[in-house]
Amino acid sequence: MKDLALAALDAVARPGVSYADVRAIESREREVATKNGKVGHAGSSESVGIGIRVLAFGCWGFAATDDLSPEGIRTAAALALEIAQAGTAASKHQTVLAPEEKYEATWVTPIAIDPFTIPIDRNLATLLKIDAAIRRTPGISMAEASMHFERRRQVFASTLGSVIDQTRYMSGAGFSALSYQEGEIQKRSYPNSFGGQYQLKGYELVDELRLLHHAPRIAEEAVALHKADRCPEGEFDLILDSSQLGLQIHESIGHPIELDRVLGSEANYAGMSFLTLDQLNRLRYGSDIVNVVCDARAAHGPGLGTFAFDDEGVPAQSVDIIRNGMFRGYMTSRETASAVGDTRSNGCMRADGWSRIPLIRMTNVSLEPGEQSLDEVFDADGIYMETNRSWSIDDKRYNFQFGCEIGWEIRGGKRVRMLKNPSYSGISTEFWNACAAIAGREHWTLWGVPNCGKGQPEQVMGTGHGASPSRFRKIKVGSAYAG
Amino acid sequence: MPVDPQAIFEQVMDAARAHGVTDIEVMVANDAAALTRFANNAIHQNVAEKTASLSVRPVIDGRTARATTNRLDREAIRDVVSQAIAITRLTEADPDMPPLAEPAAAPRMDRWFEDTARDTPSDRAHAAAAAIRIAEAAGQTAAGICSVGQTLFALRNSRGVSVEHRETTTRFSITAMASDSSGWAKAATCRRADMDVLGLAESAVRKAEQSRAPRELPAGRYTVVLEPAAVLDLVGQMFGDFSATAIRDGRSFLADRIGKKLFGDNVTIYDDASHPLQTGPPFDGEGIPRKRLTLVEQGVVRDIAYSRLAAKLAGVQPTGHGYPLPNEYGEAPGNIVIAGGDSSVEKMIASTERGILVTRLWYIREVDPYEKIFTGMTRDGTFLIEDGRIAGGVRNFRFNQALPEMLSNVEALSPSVRASGEEAPDMVVPAMKVNGFNFTEVTKF
Repeated sequence: MKDLALAALDAVARPGVSYADVRAIESREREVATKNGKVGHAGSSESVGIGIRVLAFGCWGFAATDDLSPEGIRTAAALALEIAQAGTAASKHQTVLAPEEKYEATWVTPIAIDPFTIPIDRNLATLLKIDAAIRRTPGISMAEASMHFERRRQVFASTLGSVIDQTRYMSGAGFSALSYQEGEIQKRSYPNSFGGQYQLKGYELVDELRLLHHAPRIAEEAVALHKADRCPEGEFDLILDSSQLGLQIHESIGHPIELDRVLGSEANYAGMSFLTLDQLNRLRYGSDIVNVVCDARAAHGPGLGTFAFDDEGVPAQSVDIIRNGMFRGYMTSRETASAVGDTRSNGCMRADGWSRIPLIRMTNVSLEPGEQSLDEVFDADGIYMETNRSWSIDDKRYNFQFGCEIGWEIRGGKRVRMLKNPSYSGISTEFWNACAAIAGREHWTLWGVPNCGKGQPEQVMGTGHGASPSRFRKIKVGSAYAG
Repeated sequence: MPVDPQAIFEQVMDAARAHGVTDIEVMVANDAAALTRFANNAIHQNVAEKTASLSVRPVIDGRTARATTNRLDREAIRDVVSQAIAITRLTEADPDMPPLAEPAAAPRMDRWFEDTARDTPSDRAHAAAAAIRIAEAAGQTAAGICSVGQTLFALRNSRGVSVEHRETTTRFSITAMASDSSGWAKAATCRRADMDVLGLAESAVRKAEQSRAPRELPAGRYTVVLEPAAVLDLVGQMFGDFSATAIRDGRSFLADRIGKKLFGDNVTIYDDASHPLQTGPPFDGEGIPRKRLTLVEQGVVRDIAYSRLAAKLAGVQPTGHGYPLPNEYGEAPGNIVIAGGDSSVEKMIASTERGILVTRLWYIREVDPYEKIFTGMTRDGTFLIEDGRIAGGVRNFRFNQALPEMLSNVEALSPSVRASGEEAPDMVVPAMKVNGFNFTEVTKF
């Protein structure tokens, strides 16, 4: 892999090239799923290829290929240069990159159990046990359970002289129980929707999740929702579980702080951001207790946004995004850092494979734990919501609406009745300014969002979001069913 | 590197026989794509990719699994066959699973055009530059893409199925931005010569100009004129439910509703892979020819899609809409054609006393799976219609709309066109005038 990357770098180093980097990647995945007592999916895949990015004539060019013969690499390198030169037809300024050091490093995700050493029949046996436990509850129409494992080795080499060899392992697992009765579909998922929990761990994640233990309760909740009252409309104090809050962070903080988006690069697709440059260090984003970081370091935890170096060779960093409620920082790249007066990228460039260029992407954007106990968070009259069901936000990230799988009316800190079809909506900054309580470190979970889309051609990225259950004052509830 | 599907298939069969396995399905894909992206009136990303892949699915004693690779040398082919067989032997048998498909006559649809395949980085850059000049002349800022792609897909199995499809695609999309407004246009075609880059740029720029200084209107129920892309992105959310497997699972809003009238008399919807404005292969994930389905006839739900497994369980013939096996989700129609009418966007506006013209919808997600309520936002060209005329731009709305209700309130339809959005696959759809569309909130721009 290293030889391949260096050969590609040699092939593209030509007169007129001011910078180039190469990512040679080999990845292996396994996906296993069951549905209603049968194997739903069983498959493995591997992919090997190389992406060559070049800055020449002041413009970017990129070409990727899985033809790894010397001729294939030469052809891709020539195409990257041709593309860069073509870009001069509509070029407005010379691209300048923030300086960065040269690094030679090797990093491997620390894991306890290599998931690829576990036979696939053991994966299936575990999933089929969970499936059976779900379907023992009368009223269940569909039980689904799945596991997903990935190992990706990437060798990055750049004309700065960096050679960085990183291997990341990802594991994911979860299940869902669906019940259809008399013109109504209800569903519960564990430990999260989108297939469950995903982290940079080995097979030990599957054991930690204790999926079988939770299967009967989740199935019972799915059926019980049919008889629950519909979530009322109005303004209520709202308590969110940490998985839903993780997605709230993703949509209303993570995406708006992408500096490429702020500067207009995503205007045609993912949109722009309400966080215009004049808001930095001026906007009160949240209440005093809201502290948010973007942290790719291993010290933050095994999030889907954890690495040693980003995909343009910048070391993982921790950046303050919101400190004591004030907006303090964006996610940047070597190309964009100077737009906010920074002399160096804060290391958020990521690509979803060898065939795509790196973009500014969330790493682990997390709400720091608060100082309240869980009892203090629930000490309210309001509504508690758990596990995402739907999510939508406008293209500047102001107005959002989320639906959850299950809700509970809270009176005096106690759950008094189950509520179905709960939803809430609002404006991002108003929501975070209404944050009244955040539970402590012992309730904090680093959730994985495996399916974040951005870019053209679209790239799908895994991001991490740490959160603990939190309470928000006077939030608009129930508008999804209004009108 | 040229890819020969037949030679690869023969190598796969040889490798499988060495393991004592004779029932094999093989997919070979060879793709190339390039995309030039512009923003702030300049090209800022410019990429190309080439890849080939091989996917192998053995069937052994009622078991099946899949292994995929993008390495196509002899050793890699032997490895992927070994891997597929090893996984298959470790899975559970499914007594319902049908054997590999038998050959059936499928119409060949060549959607490959040399002018698209020959497109160069310079061609795309000059197209982007021309669009940018139109935005700059209007004092606006443009962002968008110009892309081309070519794909060859071949499916063969050891029972004699041998189908291939090749296709070229080109896409152009532009968002034009004025100081407090924006406009958008997009198109996708198989043939480069059919792409009207300048017309799309002019349309986006005109919308941005017309929607300057947007006013805020209260949320509520409005008559809306939905341009084809808005219809596609919203209505396109429901077709995964026209699936026998989804209905059997209880996850489809059509459970207990087949044969019932869910929509208005003026709503008729087909799935038709052979429609001249459609794209994609004329066969499904097992090589079964796609049949034309009448999904909705004058508001009544008629046909649904059946994979081979779903058809076997239901005692009917497969319709040619199955996903590649193994999978949990069965099948879905993928070549939607919504029958149009004789109106037009202009006539719809002229006949509206007060309403909203919607260019495009965004971030559409399902709120309720059986009532089929979806939420999302308007975006990039939302206008107030008053007394039959465009009266200016309005701030964008959030909607929460049940599709059965919406499609029961369609007052007028334009002729159908091939439309391209961002939330659902391209379809052939009309513009629609819909009464009582449910806007529930307003955002700040």
